[in-house]
Amino acid sequence: MANCILAVGEVREGQLKKITWEVVSQAKRLGAALNQPVCALLIGSGVNDARKPGEYGAATVFVADDAKFARYSTDGYADVVAKVARECGACAVLLGATAMGKDLAPAVAVTLETGVAADVTALAVAGGEIAALRPVYAGKARVTVTVATAPFMATLRPNVFLPEAPNAGAPVEVVKVDVSGITPKAPVTLFAAAAGGKVDLAEASIVVSGGRGVKGKAEGDDQALHGQFQENYKLLENLAATLGAATGASRAVVDAGWKPHSFQVGQTGKTVSPNVYIACGISGAIQHLAGMSSSKVIVAVNKDPDAPIFQVANYGIVGDLFEVLPKLNEEFKKALG
Amino acid sequence: MKTVCCIKRVPDTTTRVKVGAGGAAIDRAGVEYVVNPYDEYAIEAAVKLREQTNGECIAVCLGPPEATKDLRTALAMGADRAIHLVDENAETRDSFSTAKALADALRPLQFDVAFFGKQSIDADNYQVGTMVARLLGIPSASVVVGMEVQGNTVVCSRAVEGGVETIPLPVPCIVTCQKGINVPRYPALKGIMSAKKKPLESIPAPAISNRVVVSKMELPPPRPAGKVLKGDAAANAREVVRLLREEAKII
Repeated sequence: MANCILAVGEVREGQLKKITWEVVSQAKRLGAALNQPVCALLIGSGVNDARKPGEYGAATVFVADDAKFARYSTDGYADVVAKVARECGACAVLLGATAMGKDLAPAVAVTLETGVAADVTALAVAGGEIAALRPVYAGKARVTVTVATAPFMATLRPNVFLPEAPNAGAPVEVVKVDVSGITPKAPVTLFAAAAGGKVDLAEASIVVSGGRGVKGKAEGDDQALHGQFQENYKLLENLAATLGAATGASRAVVDAGWKPHSFQVGQTGKTVSPNVYIACGISGAIQHLAGMSSSKVIVAVNKDPDAPIFQVANYGIVGDLFEVLPKLNEEFKKALG
Repeated sequence: MKTVCCIKRVPDTTTRVKVGAGGAAIDRAGVEYVVNPYDEYAIEAAVKLREQTNGECIAVCLGPPEATKDLRTALAMGADRAIHLVDENAETRDSFSTAKALADALRPLQFDVAFFGKQSIDADNYQVGTMVARLLGIPSASVVVGMEVQGNTVVCSRAVEGGVETIPLPVPCIVTCQKGINVPRYPALKGIMSAKKKPLESIPAPAISNRVVVSKMELPPPRPAGKVLKGDAAANAREVVRLLREEAKII
């Protein structure tokens, strides 16, 4: 007897992450369509704000708060999710399609003997059955899928499912999960934060991304090109600083060794769907377009008017990025004043 | 150490996807197939660890008959033998049915470390390696960008939002590879010649029902035609910021 939608939140260092509100809010919308209440689950150590998922629609918040969950473990966290999903009789289990959710969902699915619709961008209910829309081939196509087994499971792409307006007065029950029987076998032992408190590419609502064009007219040996690219890339970093944006790069730039792979947007890099994607000196190879064309608004700056990037851009500027970017930065500063 | 690399045959990244006649999968006509790019890192990791520890490396693929070509690539890169789970319709399997067949094939191998790509670039499910680990009851780490073997422990660096996690995995274990973990070698001529003589065992892949069922495939809706501005850089910059504020209402 299925009797709730389970939304798995995300806790880092005791703090709830933004994806939690997106997952709980979508669980609320799904619960309304299926006439099911929403349960949230938080796993961590020293979890703050355990009642807060209630503001987004959770009637019950299950909390697995124990020192052994201070850091992530695939098996330990999966055991907790599977236990709670069984005990609360979840007919659907939703997670974020984040590093954690993508790793956790398949492990949970094996235990619950079900399947996962991964990286979903829309959910719909028809005839009591949940259908999920998800991109494949890095967004070159999309498929509608159902899960033939129960419970339905999905990971939700970040930045796609908007959080509900929080209702501070909503009643919520917090329930402690008995985790005495669960021992993580291979936990994370260390987390090294990326330098400088930069905005993460996959989580950013604005992305400024650079391609081969950022090299400019520089010629010379590898070291000279590398140096010139870094110098020119500061134009993008300045713009990103104004906008609170993350910075990214095309595959050509990563393959040349000018930026690490963590910057790569595209089919063999990250798929991003920010509110604004600003492509600078990126021609728009099909692999790149696959990774960013689900962005809400695309701005392109390129000197080649025939560059394929202009076919997906909402707003394109044909021109020299070395002239255009400083002007854009000035205008954004004025606008955000 | 005994290592395994699991590989998949996928359409090349330059493929322009067309929906096939059934409306639930791509049109395979004219599509070039390659070893899944992330699986190249899995092959390299498995071969390198086998070389360092003087062990054995086994390449495994659940794929159509043509996937013998991809297994020969793994053999040319240094795998010692290959197992091909043959399924003409491998592309239509979901993550679980693939993972279950692979787990059953891997169980008797008594391996130390099995490497997978972090995801296949066709279905983008990023589930199979982690599911195989859970089915076998052994630990796993996904999206691994760095690895160091210390005795019987594989210390993995895993890329997550805002940083890198360190996860020590006791063997046997499963690692799914992300770009950055190594630089895959090109098969040398000698490797290509010797690959032809290495053992490649073909067995039918067991039929396992899909849990995730695709009912429809479609191309994404085209983006609406945009505005392209030419001429004065300052005026264009001002106009784009105005459009973002007043038309897109996003800044």
